[in-house]
Amino acid sequence: MENASKWSRKDLIGIEELTREEIEIILEMAKSFKATIERSRKKVPTLRGKTIVNLFLEPSTRTRVAFEVAAKRLSADVVTVQGSSSSQVKGETLKDTALNIQALSADMIIMRHSAAGAPKYLSKYIDVPIINAGDGAHEHPTQALLDAFTLIERFGSLEGKRITILGDILFSRVARSNIWALTKLGAEVTLAGPSTLVPERFAKMGVHVCHDLKTSIKDADAVMLLRIQRERQTTTHFPSLGEYTALFGLNKKRLEWLKEDALIMHPGPINRGVEIDSDLADSGRSVILDQVTNGIAVRMGVMYLCMGVSENSLAEPLPL
Amino acid sequence: MKETDNQNNALWVRGGTLVDPYTKKEEKRDLYVEEGKYVEKPEESFFKYAEEVDAADCIVAPGLTDLQVHFREPGETHKETIETGSRAAAAGGFTRVVCMPNTSPVCDHAGVLRLISHEIETGACIEVLPTGCITKGAEGKELSPIGSLKNAGAVALTEGGKCVQNNELMCRALEYAKMLDMIILDHCQDYSMTENAVMNEGEWSFKLGLRGWPHEAEDLMVARDAILAEKTGTPIHLQNISSGSAIDIIERVRSRGVPITVEVTPHHFSLTDAALEGYETCFKMNPPLRSEANRQRILQALKDGIVDCISCDHAPHTEDEKDLEFDYAPFGVIGLETSLAVSVTELYHEEGFSLMRIMELMASVPDQIMGFESKALVPMNDANFMIFDPNASWTVDKEGFASKSKNSPWVGRTLKGDLKLTSYRGNVVFSKF
Repeated sequence: MENASKWSRKDLIGIEELTREEIEIILEMAKSFKATIERSRKKVPTLRGKTIVNLFLEPSTRTRVAFEVAAKRLSADVVTVQGSSSSQVKGETLKDTALNIQALSADMIIMRHSAAGAPKYLSKYIDVPIINAGDGAHEHPTQALLDAFTLIERFGSLEGKRITILGDILFSRVARSNIWALTKLGAEVTLAGPSTLVPERFAKMGVHVCHDLKTSIKDADAVMLLRIQRERQTTTHFPSLGEYTALFGLNKKRLEWLKEDALIMHPGPINRGVEIDSDLADSGRSVILDQVTNGIAVRMGVMYLCMGVSENSLAEPLPL
Repeated sequence: MKETDNQNNALWVRGGTLVDPYTKKEEKRDLYVEEGKYVEKPEESFFKYAEEVDAADCIVAPGLTDLQVHFREPGETHKETIETGSRAAAAGGFTRVVCMPNTSPVCDHAGVLRLISHEIETGACIEVLPTGCITKGAEGKELSPIGSLKNAGAVALTEGGKCVQNNELMCRALEYAKMLDMIILDHCQDYSMTENAVMNEGEWSFKLGLRGWPHEAEDLMVARDAILAEKTGTPIHLQNISSGSAIDIIERVRSRGVPITVEVTPHHFSLTDAALEGYETCFKMNPPLRSEANRQRILQALKDGIVDCISCDHAPHTEDEKDLEFDYAPFGVIGLETSLAVSVTELYHEEGFSLMRIMELMASVPDQIMGFESKALVPMNDANFMIFDPNASWTVDKEGFASKSKNSPWVGRTLKGDLKLTSYRGNVVFSKF
């Protein structure tokens, strides 16, 4: 816990700007919080009296609920504002919405937005911490942190581990955050999927790019499947979901291509029968539900750290 | 000096170095202006009543020409008007600008054009020349009344930041324009490849998660335009070229004599897509800032003469309109008041271009492309000139703009090349003296 005092960020916008040490501080915090939520009385008084606003301007269920649960475990009051970022129904801009929320004495804003860069844009105007819960195709930092947490829980360390991210990389914020997090933690990352969704240019981010399923997964220690985000594709990036499944879907037969102890991950929501067959998703190889549980601990850690900086209480850390 | 008419519009510009891209002469001599025109040897009494301008250490050059500005009148006068836009032009050393027809309503018939002409007559402090749309409503579906637009005073046809996608229609527009001896100014963009795109497609768009606008979408339309210009013989002026590969295409077809000319903007030759790192919307424009390799190719093309001229694509938007999430902010930056200084800083000081070359790019060549009157510093010509110190630095200040809008990517930057005075027909329309 002593490392928490080394954390100096008020906002968590992305993984790209974090150092390896900063990522490890969050994971260490998450580990402590995971121990607390495994107790029968799951709540800690850490953020009692604080108001956390979930500003979700793009549809989300699991991330919103995970943040809500995490905030409640920390004893914070949670207000959820849902809407559509592009409609701005009453003509109010994001800036004004956020300034109003701040004026209602919110102590932290968790934001989901369909436009990349929106949390960074807002952080220029807002004094309270902003946690990015996903911005367009840019970043989804807490997802990558919970993925890293889950992998480290199983492997002990990511150093030298081979992780394959499979699917719609082009439109995926989860992929981007994971590329940064996993490579910073020492893993070797391969991106796989159809060439239209996994352009060669991603190799510049320090990863391998592969368009053949078997080659991409045969040496992997873990395979992270991504949902095909049909709603983000303006034109057809592949012929059909059927063809996607035929070329890149994970099924029982292809399980044999994987190493015996390789893990299967998915950030959800799963398109059963598209990226992955049901029997695999529900098998012992899958850590999909661990990811969900760990998401609570990781988000508690992030909220705790950022609130601590905002309170400027590094000398006297918040009671845990 | 006050920005008003002086007696007889008599000016005595002393001690400057004249750089005249129309006559290709560079010489240190005084310049005399009487009744708004240059005179060779004024009468003795001139030296008593003429207003003296001390141009020591300064360059005296013909007023600049910009072939692509958006003055937003009619319809969006909260962003800019012909009056404020022309003052911004004067404050940037321009005495002639060509304004785009994407107003509200768009200028696609003689009625709107006459309204614009009226505003120019009453409000503009320099020469502002209107254009008309190629197609009705700039919708790319049917030809606008091109002949009536020409008769009402349109100096060129253009969709004003849009691009006719239908090749058959573009071909007919060119054939029709040929009959009327008109030039078409085209913004090259294939829409099918740029749907929802907000920045250059490349390393940075992948990192930032923003939708990419690949340079190939420009290359395709440049190639299309080259093919149709060759077929019809109608000149096409390619606006705000941003792609290095487009430059390669242009170089190839021009060697065959295809009537294609090219402009680039100061932002495309001085900035790259790396500027978007912080999602700042003052760097959002169309076409988008490209990679360093594209920027280098454009600089080389400016040197080699493949690029004919510099236009700034002055596109005013208010601070509130620009202060949004990157995806939602409008495209465009203002440029008239920084165009000269950015060119002097980047091309003269950084790249070693001569000032004569910069004056060609910004004055004589754009005039020749359009068939406009020469602004040479010779007797009997209108006294349309400007004075600037190429070595003096200044810092771009948001509050200092004459433009109604402040959406400049250079705010806070220190530039070299400080404009001192602009004269339009002997009237001092901008002065720091």
